[in-house]
Amino acid sequence: MDEALLRDLTPGVLAVLVRRGADFAAAEDAVQDALVEALRVWPTDPPHDSKGWLVTVAWRKFLDATRADTARRRREDLVDVEPAPGPAPAADDTLQLYFLCAHPSLTPSSAVALTLRAVGGLTTRQIARAYLVPEATMAQRISRAKRTVAGVRFDQPGDVATVLRVLYLVFNEGYSGDVDLAAEAIRLTRQLSARIDHPEVAGLLALMLLHHARRAARTAPDGSLVPLAAQDRSRWDTKLIAEGVEILQTALARDRLGEFQAQAAVAALHADAPTAEETDWVQIVEWYDELVRLTDSPVVRLNRAVAVGEADGPRAGLAALATLDDSLPRHTAVAAHLHERDGDLTTAARLYAEAAHKAPNTAERDHLTRQAARLNTQGRR
Amino acid sequence: MAKYLLLKHYRGAPTAVNDVPMDRWTPEEISAHMQYMHDFAARLEKTGEFVDGQALAPEGSWVRYDGEGRPPVTDGPFAETKDLIAGWMVIDVDSHERAVELAGELSAAPGAGGKPIHEWLEVRPFLTAPPTITE
Repeated sequence: MDEALLRDLTPGVLAVLVRRGADFAAAEDAVQDALVEALRVWPTDPPHDSKGWLVTVAWRKFLDATRADTARRRREDLVDVEPAPGPAPAADDTLQLYFLCAHPSLTPSSAVALTLRAVGGLTTRQIARAYLVPEATMAQRISRAKRTVAGVRFDQPGDVATVLRVLYLVFNEGYSGDVDLAAEAIRLTRQLSARIDHPEVAGLLALMLLHHARRAARTAPDGSLVPLAAQDRSRWDTKLIAEGVEILQTALARDRLGEFQAQAAVAALHADAPTAEETDWVQIVEWYDELVRLTDSPVVRLNRAVAVGEADGPRAGLAALATLDDSLPRHTAVAAHLHERDGDLTTAARLYAEAAHKAPNTAERDHLTRQAARLNTQGRR
Repeated sequence: MAKYLLLKHYRGAPTAVNDVPMDRWTPEEISAHMQYMHDFAARLEKTGEFVDGQALAPEGSWVRYDGEGRPPVTDGPFAETKDLIAGWMVIDVDSHERAVELAGELSAAPGAGGKPIHEWLEVRPFLTAPPTITE
């Protein structure tokens, strides 16, 4: 059974139910029930018309739920007629779904969960597994999110920037489970970019493709992190890189620069270098200057300091670093790297160990511990 | 989206404000305390932030490897152990601020006299998987 097809159909099916007059929360529950049934039935009994099957089953689930609900409230006689048709269909229901699920009234984790379920067609169980929380917790998070957006009109255009932030979070979360969240984020961003003409949507898609292209090279067989400079570039996915670069170039040509395009440009310059030594760091620094202008983010300034260290030497990098708050995540790790390149191995070893202590994840911690250990034992091997 | 461990200590935490041992509370005060903890967990389940909660027995053993083909050595419990964990709650929240806010509420559980214990809870972030985009 093609689970990706099932997921592609989800937002359209949900839109049909909403258009027929079901409220969003009930329609979404009904579609979820239909998806669970499809996952059970389709492997042995595939339908001829997948979307038609889903609409029929979801609509029946919706009616059943509404009847049960009404029975509980002793108003059985009200629902035997089809609900009145809803508002006129919006230009693109799927696009409206993206906006609704990323509505600014939702917390980031709620927006992520709702997007993955209502737009992505993942089951609550799959989302719960992907984020390592109990299924009951994820179910509550989703129904709470639906209550939060209950009053939002389905036909109002939303802010594409909030949608992009949600998709970026899904891509970057880095958790693993039986659902490939990075691939799912790419699928959802592709679907979005087919529906809306916006250079930042293209920029985010390019950014995801360019990073996804390096995935196989990012970890060693033992699971340890391989930094960019040490990656085996022959393992990068050239097809994804070519696609990402093309999407990015088209977006940049429109001259409406945004942060995702600028980040993708940095990734493209890395992808373009046959070896780490041939990286065009001068251009990368220029892109970071653009990013500083666009976002004024301290994390961007930190990454810029790394690039300056490569373009103009470790002393210049350390000077750029000195202007930044040393409590920034990864600040100490960057300092360690720059001191090592500057030849001050004692300071570098001490800072690597300190950075390992502060690392927010185990892969980085282990990598930094190894860096410290490498310098500390150099004389002894 | 980040997971935090809220750690409750039998021993080893700074002294609580309302520091009366539980066996000196009235039975009703104990019930009120249990109810508060239960309601707190139930509320977090509803907000979609609950991951896990467990209580630990105060006494356990120390175990270590004792060489090839030999059973592990056990020892203890050691009365002098300074730090003793009583239990934990794991939460999945949007920010560190939210984790601190929830820990503060948990610390307000009622104790002797029905007044908040103001006990110290330790809030520890989980180490995660690495993000994809770091440059």
